[in-house]
Amino acid sequence: MNDSAAPRIAASTTSTVPSPTPAKPAPAKDKPRRRIVLERFLRHRLAVVGLVILSALAIACFGAHWIAPYPHNRQDLLLGAQQPSSAHWLGTDALGRDYLSELLFAGQVSLAVGICVALLSTVVGTAVGAIAGFAGGWADEVIMRVTDLFLIVPAIAVLALALQALGPSPVTIVLVLSALGWTMIARVVRSQVLTLRNKEFIQAARVIGASNARIVVRHLLPNLTGVIAVNVSLAVASAIILESTTSFLGFGIQPPQSSWGNMLSQAAGLIGTSQAYLLYVPGLAILITVLAVNFVGDGLRDAFDPQGRQ
Amino acid sequence: MTSDTTPVLSVRDLTVTYRTDSGPVTAVERLSFDVAPGETLGIVGESGSGKSAATMAIMGLLPRNATAEGSVLFRGRELLDLSDREMRPIRGKQLAVIFQDALAALNPMMTVGAQVAEAVSVHDASRGSQALRERTVELLDLVGIASPRDRVDQYPHELSGGMRQRVMIAMGIANDPALLIADEPTTALDVTVQAQVLDVIERVQERTHTSVLLITHDLGVVAGIADRVMVMYCGRKLEESPVDSLFHHPAHPYTTGLLGALPRIDRRAERLVQIPGQPPLPSERPTGCPFQPRCPHVVPSVCGDVDAPPLAIDATHTTACVRFHEIESVKR
Repeated sequence: MNDSAAPRIAASTTSTVPSPTPAKPAPAKDKPRRRIVLERFLRHRLAVVGLVILSALAIACFGAHWIAPYPHNRQDLLLGAQQPSSAHWLGTDALGRDYLSELLFAGQVSLAVGICVALLSTVVGTAVGAIAGFAGGWADEVIMRVTDLFLIVPAIAVLALALQALGPSPVTIVLVLSALGWTMIARVVRSQVLTLRNKEFIQAARVIGASNARIVVRHLLPNLTGVIAVNVSLAVASAIILESTTSFLGFGIQPPQSSWGNMLSQAAGLIGTSQAYLLYVPGLAILITVLAVNFVGDGLRDAFDPQGRQ
Repeated sequence: MTSDTTPVLSVRDLTVTYRTDSGPVTAVERLSFDVAPGETLGIVGESGSGKSAATMAIMGLLPRNATAEGSVLFRGRELLDLSDREMRPIRGKQLAVIFQDALAALNPMMTVGAQVAEAVSVHDASRGSQALRERTVELLDLVGIASPRDRVDQYPHELSGGMRQRVMIAMGIANDPALLIADEPTTALDVTVQAQVLDVIERVQERTHTSVLLITHDLGVVAGIADRVMVMYCGRKLEESPVDSLFHHPAHPYTTGLLGALPRIDRRAERLVQIPGQPPLPSERPTGCPFQPRCPHVVPSVCGDVDAPPLAIDATHTTACVRFHEIESVKR
């Protein structure tokens, strides 16, 4: 049966005979949602610029093995510290390592930590915030008091202690930063859920017999995509900065593994020398990444708003 | 389509109380009524008369600070005793609600098709996505939405008010409910669109023999499609009767006042007659008949009787006015 039906369908779609069905008056209305979101995003110029920069950075960093001009940690002690040249675009550090190559390899760690922390803390924070806001009552009380606790605990001190105890590997840094970071998005999601919960369309979902889980997943969370997208981008940015801070202070990523943070820390010793510019290289990398991530977040928020400009 | 005449919905002594910071507030007080199979019962009352609180109590969707007492018997089951989990298979399947503000009641992030489809699939997950889509298109077509195949994929904000209300109706009737509660379904609409939407409800009702509980403050709407009417004031039922009887022989002074306040095309009037005063605040309600402070016929010693039973004028027409016969004799 399939055999006989298939050619007929194929024939009808490829026929050049004018189709009897009238042309659709509003083709824009027929576009699937994903397409509309994509188009809106592409119209947001800064977001596109941000995405291009981020992609370029990500490709350069994660492809550093092939792209970087010198292998990771190739030392040339005889060369020593060099000013930028055609052989070493950003110069070399005191150990004779090519600074551009180091920057790219270090970016792997910084970006990976940023993205992993953002995803992990967003998933946890969104789930907790949604439960707190939707369930209300004592569950809400308990969860919110816990997040209050996190607010008053000095993050850097906790980081230092936790990394001392667990050992400063990228995985533990991700876990500890996520453990500290989920409260921010949990608060945002909870407050949004509190306002959405009383909306009539949530009541309407109950009226058609939807379960609590379905209401949260199908009706509440989609209405939070914009908020969550923005928060993911903020979380990526703040995670990169926090990782850099811990590494800068010396209890984060440890040499010989490098991240933008411990590159900053090493370059800090060069202030006052002719190589002080090395401070700007990882600094700018962090700045540009964080800005680009924020632009993308901004674009995502606009793109997900169904009532946004068509 | 059984010839069963036992009521689909039987409400007895329903009392809804809200706990507020300034003490308990009674939104609905000892309300009793029945809805027969296939019947349309209109509930008329002004804002704050307890219409919506009664609906939400029936659906089991009162806010946390409200409690419902009494009995709500739906197809032989006591709804007030059911847990939220036990109510779920009933909501939307046998007991559906159409809300007043369709734009607020539709999820802005979902296409209308997806929402109608959800109303079906929540209770019956057996359909494949293609069959579900066909059923959705069929439902949209049934409620009079033109080119439903294009509309399925649109978002609520892309539709007009009337269209959105039709989508709400489509969601309401998706599972052929035994009772459809329409909570001010036409209030947010233009007059011409109102008529169309009411027409849709009537047509659907003819097809499916659904009972309809029509909540409104618009007597014109009631006159149009209801079989019987119940007049509510301050959470109480003041009068209940077939539509014609109510309009021609209103038995409660409040109903008389409401009808007198209607603009009439066949009578010239400089001013519309209004009922003097305001509905009393819950804390200031008199004992006995709540309409006393505004009633032209009030006799406090008689009207203050708390336990006065409703007065049956005939088999179908009852009034809560204890002075009905005296007032009637004065009129003649």
